This record gives sequence, C-alpha cells and structure tokens, in this order.
Amino acid sequence: MPGDDVVLRVENLVKHFPLKGRIPFTSGGVVKAVDGVSFDLRRGETLGVVGESGCGKSTLARMLVGLEQPTSGAVRFGTSIVHQARGRDLRALRRRIQIVLQDPYTSLNPRRTIREILLQPFEIHPEVLDRGRRLDRVRELLELVGLDPHLHLDRYPHQFSGGQRQRIGIARALALQPDVIVCDEPVSALDVSVQAQVVNLLERLQDELGVAYVFIAHDLSVVRHISDRVAVMYLGKLVETGPEASLYDTPRHPYTRALLSAVPVPEPAVRGERQRILLPGDPPSPVDPPSGCRFRTRCWQATETCATTEPPLAAGAHPVACHYPLAA
Amino acid sequence: MTLLEIADLRVAFPGPTGPVNAVNGVSLEVEAGRTLAILGESGSGKSVTAQAVMGILDAPPARIDGAVRLRGRELLTLPRKQRDRISGEEIAMVFQDAMAALNPVYTVGHQIMEVLRVRRGMSKADARRRAVELVDRVRIPAAKDRIRDYPHQFSGGMRQRIMIALAISLEPDLLIADEPTTALDVTVQAQVMELLAEIQRDSGMGLMLITHDLGVVAEVADDVAVMYAGRIVERGTVGQIFDGPAHPYTEGLLASMPRVDRRDDVLYAIPGAPPNPAQLPTGCPFHLRCPRATDECRVTLPPLAALPAGRESACHHYEEVLGARR
Ligand SMILES: Nc1ncnc2c1ncn2[C@@H]1O[C@H](COP(=O)(O)OP(=O)(O)OP(=O)(O)O)[C@@H](O)[C@H]1O
Ligand SMILES: Nc1ncnc2c1ncn2[C@@H]1O[C@H](COP(=O)(O)OP(=O)(O)O)[C@@H](O)[C@H]1O
Ligand code: SF4
Ligand code: SF4
Ligand SMILES: [Mg+2]
Ligand SMILES: [Mg+2]
Repeated sequence: MPGDDVVLRVENLVKHFPLKGRIPFTSGGVVKAVDGVSFDLRRGETLGVVGESGCGKSTLARMLVGLEQPTSGAVRFGTSIVHQARGRDLRALRRRIQIVLQDPYTSLNPRRTIREILLQPFEIHPEVLDRGRRLDRVRELLELVGLDPHLHLDRYPHQFSGGQRQRIGIARALALQPDVIVCDEPVSALDVSVQAQVVNLLERLQDELGVAYVFIAHDLSVVRHISDRVAVMYLGKLVETGPEASLYDTPRHPYTRALLSAVPVPEPAVRGERQRILLPGDPPSPVDPPSGCRFRTRCWQATETCATTEPPLAAGAHPVACHYPLAA
Repeated sequence: MTLLEIADLRVAFPGPTGPVNAVNGVSLEVEAGRTLAILGESGSGKSVTAQAVMGILDAPPARIDGAVRLRGRELLTLPRKQRDRISGEEIAMVFQDAMAALNPVYTVGHQIMEVLRVRRGMSKADARRRAVELVDRVRIPAAKDRIRDYPHQFSGGMRQRIMIALAISLEPDLLIADEPTTALDVTVQAQVMELLAEIQRDSGMGLMLITHDLGVVAEVADDVAVMYAGRIVERGTVGQIFDGPAHPYTEGLLASMPRVDRRDDVLYAIPGAPPNPAQLPTGCPFHLRCPRATDECRVTLPPLAALPAGRESACHHYEEVLGARR
C-alpha cells in the first residue's frame, strides 16, 4: 500500500496496441505506446508530464483514470487497484480520479445545458449528495470556476468561448470532489491570451481544495509554471523525473537538455546566448523502438553500451535513465 | 529598402448576419533582408492578410480594399495573369499544413521540377539537378533518393522542409510563412525555424513570419506587428516591443506568458476572450478586456499613431503604458 502522502502509485505501466497487418488476419506487431512507466503522485501536488507528440502521454492519462486497460502494470489508489476494482470500489475510484481533456469543443455534449452537464456526475453517483442540494452545488461549482450561475446555467456549450468551455470541463471534473485530476493538454487548444486564465484557475483550485494534478502538456513553459515535479517521456518511457527547479535548471538526461534548449524564450536580449542543441531527425516509431536506450539514435553521447543495454531509471529525488548523465 | 507595403488593407467576407470583418485597415511594410513577425492569436486576421498579399483569396465572395505594393508596384489591381506570375516567382508562401500544400499523387521531386520547368524553362536534367540541390539545402538526408518519394513518406518536419524547398525554388524576394512550425514538436520546430532564418539571411529575401508564439518572435524577428481583431495595434522593432510594449494587449500577452528558463509565481491573465469579427465592439476593439480602458476608449477607435523612435501604437493611453515599464 502506498505511503501516507502518496495518492496515486503507478507501477511499471505498459500499453501495447496490436497493429493490424496489411494482409487481413495477420499480426503487424505492436505499438509500444507506454512501455514501463512508474511514478508516485503525492496528495495535493502537481506532477507535470512532458514529451513530444506520440510519446504516449494521452495513453498514460487514459490508463490512470481507467479508460484504457493496461497490457501490464498497475495504478494503485489507496488500497485499490484501478483496473481490478469492481462494484463499490470501482465507483469510488471513478469518483475520486477525474480527467480534463484538451478539446473543450468535443468533450461536452452539445445537446445538454450546463445545468444538465454539471448535474450528471451526481446522477451517476447519487450517494454523494442529496437530490435537493445538488443544484446549489452546481451553482457553487460554476462560481468556483469563475462563471456566473445566473447567466450561464441554462446555456449550451456552443454559446461559450473555448476558455469558458474548459472552465465547464474543470467544474465537471471537480463536482465529485476528486483527489486526483488528470489534465491532458488542458490549455493547448486555447488562445494564448486565454491560457493563463485556465492555468491560474487550476492553481487556485488546488490551493483551495488540495486536489492533486497530473498535468500533461507539450508546452514546457506552462508545465514549469504549474508543476511541483516533472516527468519527461520519450517513446513510451520516462527518461527523467525531478523537482521542477532542479529538472529545468540542471537537466541530466541528454533528451531533457535538448528539449529545454529548443524552447524559444520570449526575450530578444538573450537571442543567440542560450546554447541550443539541435537534435537530428524525428523521434523513431514506437512500433520498432531502438534497442538499448531509445534515445540513442538522436543522442550525441551514444556509445556501444547505449545500443545494447537499456539504462534503468535510477532511484532518488531526481532520477535519470542514462548511462552517462550530464553533470548537474 | 521597402519590399512590401500594405496600406489600409480591408477584407470582409459575407456572413449569415452581415459582413465578417476579418481585416480592418492593416498597414505595414516588410523590408528587404529583414524578418517581420505578425503576432496575433487565432482569428485576428493574420492568415487573411497573408492570403490577400499572395492573391489567393477569392473575391468575390471576399471584398478586398486598400493597397498591396511590391517594390512600389500595386498588386491588387493587376490582371490575373500578371498577378499569378508575381505570386509564385517574386512572393512565395509556406503554410502550417504542408500536406495540404503538396500534391499527394506526385513525388516531391516531380513537384519541384515541374515548377522549375514551367517557370524557368529548365530542361528535365537541369531541373532534377536543381531539385536535388534544393532538397539537400533544406537538410534532407539522401536528397538524391528522397526526391523520388511521395509527400506521405516524409515526417511532418520533413514535409515542412520540402514545402520550404518548393517555396524558395524560384528565389522569391518575399517569403510569407504562415505558422510554419505550429504543428511541429518543439525539437523539430527548432530545426525548421533555424533553417528558415538561415535561408533568409543567405538569400537576403524579406520574410513575413506569421505566428502566435511570442518565443518564436523574440528569437527570429527584426520587426514586429501585433494584430488584434483585424487591426495592427502596435508596431516596432523586436527590442522595442519586448522591452517596453506600447499597447495594453501586448503588455498583457507578455505578462501572461510563462517561461521555460525561470519560474514566475503569478501569471497575469487577460480577462475575457477575443471578439467575434462579425460583432466587433464600438471604440477600441480591446476595451472590454483592457485594464486601462476609459470612457473615451468605449466610443472612439484609437488610430495607429506614430510614437517616438519610429514605433506605432493604436491606444489612447499609450503614454501610460510606456511609462508603466519605466
Ligand atoms: N487506440 C490505439 N491504437 C493503436 N495505436 C494507438 C492507439 N492510441 C494511441 N496509439 C499510438 O500510441 C502512441 C502514443 O499515443 P498517445 O496518443 O498516447 O501520444 P501523446 O503523447 O498523447 O501524443 P500527442 O502529444 O500527439 O497528444 C502513438 O504512436 C499512437 O499512434
Ligand atoms: N474564407 C473565409 N470566409 C469567411 N470568413 C473567413 C474566411 N477566412 C477567414 N475568415 C474569418 O476571418 C477571421 C480572421 O481569420 P484568419 O486570418 O484566418 O485568422 P488568423 O489570425 O487565425 O490567421 C476569422 O474570424 C475567420 O473565421
Ligand atoms: S544512455 Fe546513451 S544514448 Fe541514451 S541518453 Fe544516455 S548517453 Fe544518450
Ligand atoms: S485605447 Fe483604451 S481600451 Fe484600447 S487598448 Fe488603449 S487603453 Fe485599452
Ligand atoms: Mg495526446
Ligand atoms: Mg491563421
């Protein structure tokens, strides 16, 4: 059973999708979308997960909330295991681990009013709140996310802007007072000027309610801002995890260093002063990942050992999966 | 030297409840050998401005007014044939989505060679040689072999480079890049931006770079035009804009951006959302979201006014904004 302050423990989580072969009824191998991911999420903290497109972030998110069955491994919440729970346990888990998705346009039912959308969680989990108190709670939720219950309760999703829709998605995730919210690219689809509203809202709600977030994004600047700890993913594996400051200021995995150096900084004065590492090529396919260290085909430090031996994610406060970690 | 000059450009589309005013009086210049970034969020009119310059907007239904001059020559009133020659040979464009710009049924080599043969009258052998050079120029390994591949056989970043190769094949004076790296991963975005900047430097062409990314602007632009609701709200050099914005919208954008190289405790959030171009507010289009708005702002549209040091701002209270940073 996870320690006191650990709210979610992820153990060696794997998801392989079978590939359909070109010839019917033949197997075409597997997509190793997530390939052995472990971490702890502590109560009330934000763990950021970053990585490039296709590295497995959304697949991981879906497994954390029980929307996807892992090939192997476990997600533990208290004494329960997310994918083995049944009956009462399963209902409790569904309540306490919620998800907010990237696309505020498709994640809300267009034919339901905001009132109906926000009452729905209580219909699925009627034990949480008496029928007579639910509408008051919905009004509170709207206020909590900065919307006006008088104005907005009976509108439909299309009558809201993207940022407002994302607020509604967050209100829905909060309705059942979860311990964990998995946010998969919650601000990526929003206008630049609206992203900060949603980021600030998530931070305020965490201060007020103590909910823990797994915050998934490809925007490394947003992740730095909101996270206490950060995990870097490459081709289905975590290559480095650590406290926000130590990971961003002294990255130890070559991929993390290259990734951070590629992010443009909005300050013309430092142009040309930051050392930029331009990686060759694109990430390889997760169907046939490189042997040994998966990053070796783009790594400037790769040796023979890297091709034969997979570097494990060492233990500690700032673990890194590399045979030759960069000096701190 | 002024390469491109846009004066009071207006573009409206017919909409269900009246005209959609996508571009409302844009004026700007692109200098030869320099990079002008057009910064604005989605719907602010960046792409429509680019399409009007490129001559690829269908009018009608679009209604286009104003002037677009390349080296002093007016383009909007040119006959179709001459216009098409210019947008291709003198102005070229790269888009966010290379897949939509490349023809899926021809090899990339064929597409580049075709342009060279039709526009430059090159022989097949010369065109092939040049196509290999171009594909090599955009750093695609084994260019000689890869030109025989179809667009779908390349990764997103490589397709973006192929489109750049195609765009520079006729050595244009002006390249318009509309969100060229928005769909790419950050490591690939860095490769492509670096390549574009290098080609711009080597060839001396003017680059009009359209983006919503303040970081990209800070890294590659010489000059910046900030767009909001179909208007330019602020213009200046990249240093001027980032060191001390002269418009509350720019000021808000800068304060709302988290950074990768340090942790900011609080982000400023601009309230509300960008306006709908079919229903623009009266007065200053930013007044509903502006912390500095006064009664004057609610009724009177601020013109883009000249400020000291060659910069411009469309704000009644720009002096206050400039003073705030000092
Ligand atoms: N249902 C599925 N069947 C087969 N392959 C899948 C499935 N879902 C995801 N994949 C593959 O698994 C890999 C990881 O996908 P995932 O959506 O988790 O990536 P991601 O990190 O969220 O990417 P992005 O940043 O683009 O959202 C990709 O190669 C993807 O194509
Ligand atoms: N062909 C069109 N018909 C009608 N409206 C259009 C058309 N193209 C663009 N618009 C509208 O014009 C406005 C500006 O669009 P655009 O220039 O594409 O914005 P962006 O700054 O994101 O590139 C938007 O409101 C868009 O919906
Ligand atoms: S293990 Fe080798 S290839 Fe992998 S990141 Fe470290 S040095 Fe590079
Ligand atoms: S004119 Fe007024 S409302 Fe518009 S940006 Fe300036 S201060 Fe704000
Ligand atoms: Mg995803
Ligand atoms: Mg656009």
